Amino acid sequence: MSLLINDLHASLEDGTEILKGVTLEIPAGEVHAIMGPNGSGKSTLSKVISGHEGYVVTSGSVTMDGQDLLAMSIDERSRAGIFLAFQYPAEVPGVSNANFIRAALQSRLPKGEEIDAVAYYKNLYAKMDHLEMDRKFTARSVNEGFSGGEKKRNEILQMMMLEPRYSILDETDSGLDIDALKIVAKGVNAMRSPERGMLLITHYQRLLDYIAPDYVHVMAAGRIVRSGGPELALELEKNGYDFLKETELVPA
Amino acid sequence: MSVVLEHSSSLLDSAPETPAAFPAWFADRQRAAWQRFLDTPTPKRGDEMWRFSTLKQLDFSVFTKGGAGDSSVAIVQRSTALESPVAKFVFVNDRLLHAESKLPQGVLCLPLAEALVTHGDLVREHFMKQDSRLGSAKWTALHEANLSNGLFVHVPANVEVVGSIEVFHWLGGENATIFPHTLVVTGANAKVRVVDYFQSVNDDEAGLCVAVNDLIAGPGSKLDYLAIQAFNERTRVIQVNETGVARDASATGFILNIGAAWARNESLSRLDGEGSRSDMLSVSVPARAQEYDQRTFQHHVSPGAYSDLLYKNSLYDKSRTIFSGLIFVDEGAHRTDAYQTCRNLFMSEDAEANSMPGLEINADDVKCSHGSTSAAISDEEIFYLRARGIDPVRARQLIARGFSVEVIERLGDEKVEEMVLRFLDDKFARIASGGA
Repeated sequence: MSLLINDLHASLEDGTEILKGVTLEIPAGEVHAIMGPNGSGKSTLSKVISGHEGYVVTSGSVTMDGQDLLAMSIDERSRAGIFLAFQYPAEVPGVSNANFIRAALQSRLPKGEEIDAVAYYKNLYAKMDHLEMDRKFTARSVNEGFSGGEKKRNEILQMMMLEPRYSILDETDSGLDIDALKIVAKGVNAMRSPERGMLLITHYQRLLDYIAPDYVHVMAAGRIVRSGGPELALELEKNGYDFLKETELVPA
Repeated sequence: MSVVLEHSSSLLDSAPETPAAFPAWFADRQRAAWQRFLDTPTPKRGDEMWRFSTLKQLDFSVFTKGGAGDSSVAIVQRSTALESPVAKFVFVNDRLLHAESKLPQGVLCLPLAEALVTHGDLVREHFMKQDSRLGSAKWTALHEANLSNGLFVHVPANVEVVGSIEVFHWLGGENATIFPHTLVVTGANAKVRVVDYFQSVNDDEAGLCVAVNDLIAGPGSKLDYLAIQAFNERTRVIQVNETGVARDASATGFILNIGAAWARNESLSRLDGEGSRSDMLSVSVPARAQEYDQRTFQHHVSPGAYSDLLYKNSLYDKSRTIFSGLIFVDEGAHRTDAYQTCRNLFMSEDAEANSMPGLEINADDVKCSHGSTSAAISDEEIFYLRARGIDPVRARQLIARGFSVEVIERLGDEKVEEMVLRFLDDKFARIASGGA
């Protein structure tokens, strides 16, 4: 049981190769972190796994518990159990948060089956309480006028409601003050389970003080260049990414 | 259903006859209107007020007068929208089929045919006092000449009507025509909401509706008007609205366009008094080959008045919209606050939206803005919804619905908003299933 990325190559539509052979396995029950400098391809990896149509996978594979993810559309991947917490969540004017999450849950039900509204709201409110989100966020349009921290909390709320098998959190810590970071981390930690794998993408070690990863990987120029335990993050915090200059990185 | 096979003469062949029961002044008005109809030229290419319009839609020679239409009980049952309207009137081909009312004492709310007989002078005082300025003078003359019914509402000073007055206008029979008229007058500090529903008895019959609604908001009053246009796709509509807003009064006009093959809306708001406010709102969701042609005029006569127009179109398939709006600030209308926004959301690459926002300011110290935007749904927005498991068709529909909700929310009444959304959702469901 794992999210398995094998020798993944992906390019922009104009042919620029961003991912140059990423291999990574995230078994269910584990939390992995990917760190790396800007432009290393971290966010691209998260988008390619979730099916963003702006990228072309030229070779390699991504499977989830044996299922071929690359053969599925964006929404099929989500329904199959992939969740991406966005670095920059889109605003959806005129669609209330409650209706949005409800539509997402509804999409997982067989045709003709309706969500039990009472149970839904009960669940939603419980999750919102956990994330210390005001009830007014149910009626507000999705992410519209939300602060950076509110948007990130809203991403975690969606993750908690959709209960994915594998979650990818793209720079969830960016734009958060320390209090908001703690709340978000609380939500993420509550979601840790032996059945669920998580991939944290982050620039800074800070997030990992609150969400302890099992493994840490360093990505640079479209590849995983180092992997190790949580101590690797501390080492990066201390020494920065300078070591990358000494690593042999052949540009494409 | 009664079978009445009268000779069906063309609408345009001969002068209509005024019913004998109506007052003489009204018969005179109808005769004069018919003459005006004959004398007024049909809009032609190059007329600014008909720019971008599909003029062949104005050939009404195929349409006939009269026709009893369906008067079955089923129509009354189909005339259900709000849960408990304070009054409800059902017309089929301009004939009254059903009326109910729980209105407070003193409020006049009658079929126009009745009001002309019982309150002729009061009707006369307010009836079609203004010239049509936005292009349809010929068609409002045709309306006036042919009009036989509609609704007259008069709310006396200091009376607030709680709830909504609903008027259902059904059009039935091949090539039938209706000329619904809605005249709403509020006294000082009165309050009322009237909803007109325009619908077809059957899905496959061609029809023509030339409707006029006159809204006269007295000092300090609040007058809300909604038009739900949900005709079948073989119907053509001209709907001309004229709103006058007195000192400290507030008028809201809302149009939902989901039906008809072709609809032309002309809406004029006249800010007559200091502190007056007019909200002009519209949501249109054209699909297939539907065309909605909307012309507006925000006329600031008085200083210190406020008008705010928001029109939104979500265009599917090969549909077209035309928006032409003018904010006109009279000399001396200082401290005017006037806003005008038309936004188009393209749901298809084949759709066409034409926007002509305009501003003419003859006073100092005014705050005015106008603008129009046209865009397709961004890929990132779609990606976000799909990344939550929502399929692309549903995702686009949610976004288009949300786009419209931003207008509907301004109606400020939950039950009314829900009703409008039900009509809107019907339309989205028809689009999703391949219809319009």
